Amino acid sequence: MLELRKDIFADERDDNLKEIGQPTARQDILGHVTGTSPFYDDHRFANLLHLKILRSPHAHARIRSIDDSAAARMPGVKRIIRAADVPVNLNTLLSLIQFGKDDEPSLASDVVRYKGEPILGIVATSERVALDALAQVRVSYDPLPAVFDVEEALKQGAVSVNATYPKNTFEYYGKYDHQKLRYGDIAAGFAQADMIVEDRYQMSPIEHAPTETNGSIAVPDTNGRLIVYTSTQALFFSLDTSAKINAMQSNQLHFIGGTVGGGFGGKVDTLTEPLVILAARLTGAPVRYRFGRHEEMQFGSPRGAERIYVKDGVMKDGRIVARQVRSYFDSGAYTRLSSYAVVKCAAHIPGPYTIPNVHADVFCVFTNRTPATAMRGFGVTALDFALECQMDKLATAVGMDPIEFRILNAYRDGDMKAHRREAKNCALIECAQVAAEKANWPLRDEFRRMSSRQGGGVARGGTTDRSRAPAPAIAAPSAPQRVSYERPAAASPPRSAPPPPPPRTTPPPPTPAGSSHGAPRFSSVFGTRRR
Amino acid sequence: MKTPIQFRLNGEDVATFAESGTNLLDVLRESVGDLSVKGGCWQGTCGTCTVLIDGAPRVSCVTLAESCAGRSIETTAGLRRGADLHPLQTAFMENFAAQCGYCTPGMLMAAKALLDRNPSPTREEVVDAIGGNICRCTGYEPIIQAVLTAARGDDRRRA
Repeated sequence: MLELRKDIFADERDDNLKEIGQPTARQDILGHVTGTSPFYDDHRFANLLHLKILRSPHAHARIRSIDDSAAARMPGVKRIIRAADVPVNLNTLLSLIQFGKDDEPSLASDVVRYKGEPILGIVATSERVALDALAQVRVSYDPLPAVFDVEEALKQGAVSVNATYPKNTFEYYGKYDHQKLRYGDIAAGFAQADMIVEDRYQMSPIEHAPTETNGSIAVPDTNGRLIVYTSTQALFFSLDTSAKINAMQSNQLHFIGGTVGGGFGGKVDTLTEPLVILAARLTGAPVRYRFGRHEEMQFGSPRGAERIYVKDGVMKDGRIVARQVRSYFDSGAYTRLSSYAVVKCAAHIPGPYTIPNVHADVFCVFTNRTPATAMRGFGVTALDFALECQMDKLATAVGMDPIEFRILNAYRDGDMKAHRREAKNCALIECAQVAAEKANWPLRDEFRRMSSRQGGGVARGGTTDRSRAPAPAIAAPSAPQRVSYERPAAASPPRSAPPPPPPRTTPPPPTPAGSSHGAPRFSSVFGTRRR
Repeated sequence: MKTPIQFRLNGEDVATFAESGTNLLDVLRESVGDLSVKGGCWQGTCGTCTVLIDGAPRVSCVTLAESCAGRSIETTAGLRRGADLHPLQTAFMENFAAQCGYCTPGMLMAAKALLDRNPSPTREEVVDAIGGNICRCTGYEPIIQAVLTAARGDDRRRA
């Protein structure tokens, strides 16, 4: 099932590992196939109470009044939790690492900013009773105009979504409204280019849809602490967030979890724990707060939508000489983790390609949509979708094979990245070569010989060629204007207004010395051998 | 109002009380204590809570508990015989057919229903049999392979 291509970069590895490369069983697989893995909801408590949440039906509205008197009188209702009951009713997840300002209430008191925002909780003897009681709560709203589009949200006079960030953009380092990347001279790059390809890409929000919905159970312990069984993907992160919101010490909470019924990023937001802990403290009883499927799909935070504009300048010979990106990350009504997604997005531009002139602006934008969160490479995934679509369009524009086009532009060791870091341990060329081989996609010999190593154009002892049939003749996208696929050395500057050439130092080959601590030396563990 | 219900669960007689209108999933988990059955959507769409009722796969979250009186119900908790795993369990382990493990009990029961009536299914028949069960982790391929492996009996059955 798993194929490790140890022939590639074989000379850079001490192939002495006992576990890596060997199939191994999951440590939790026996529990999974016997139905005995302890998911959070597989713990049973006598007299368990149930918390359910009243959610806003409006995307943006002022709350005029809340009347929960009828609900409070219903049999089985043990406690109503209002915004005023939450000890610290404003938080932002990344405040734990001093990143961003508190901007999101656990329960909204004055304004709701997205459809589904929590307003009030009811603790009852069963989920059924709690839901029936929620239906008896009367909330009077003044609907407000809402904004759902990232570019609309940035216009002059747009509706202000988030009171903490009235301009609808996250604030970096206390003053910047977006992340910037500048490298080389973008105007000169476009002027130099033979062709310009420009397009707009839109990624939708995506729900993680784990088969186990978000949830947690808080149980008062005998020593005054609370034991919390939770579906969270981020146990200690959730613990600290819950402690902050409940104004507790971390050591008053004992979190038990780790068996997660699918997360994919949708269980890092600490969506249930703070309120279920509060409910357990207010009632003195064990309380469960479990998302229903509708709650999970509609209000569980999704992958954020992204809108990305890409403009590329390319030479007839296939070299990309300029790349400009303008990207808007839809954070929804609150920050959660989107501020970080934007940093990741900016760090990933211009993709794994050596481009001398790069210019990017990436915005974290607030709208009246469900707050977004982590999901499998968020910030990077949508950008890659845009960039790789763009790579295909560029290849077509210059009449090149799309894989050869990527190999030509791929990072090689020693290249200078747009972030002014030297590219090291590159492997895209080899990945592209193997992918082409697996797909029986013919590459011309010069591309099959290219390598990610410094210099890159020279065959590397036939490593990637081994055991391969001669390449079939290409029925080719022929490009008469093409002269050579060899890239000019990075030190020979492009024609007009070149960026400063990256330093090209060639360090002596490292000596494979024994390690000071006596353990077997392995390049992946003890640092890079390839420079 | 609570009514008494009696049925067979994994070969043992079970008697309990259930609120009128309660679904089988809640009765199995909350009243009987069989936690091998998991709830995923509570609306009959994801297959996570699949159990066998008289040999047929059924989504327990939309099955009225009262309708199960006198029936025979099988769940993942009853798959193994003492220390010996069912061939499907072994095949799931060896084929890496579970990641988070939450859909696995339902998946196993859907597969068991297939193999019980068709010991040598084709790949298409396996795909059809688990077609009502959602897995968000594996991409299904290892699960299909596991069911085919169990059917071929090349998992060195220990039972």
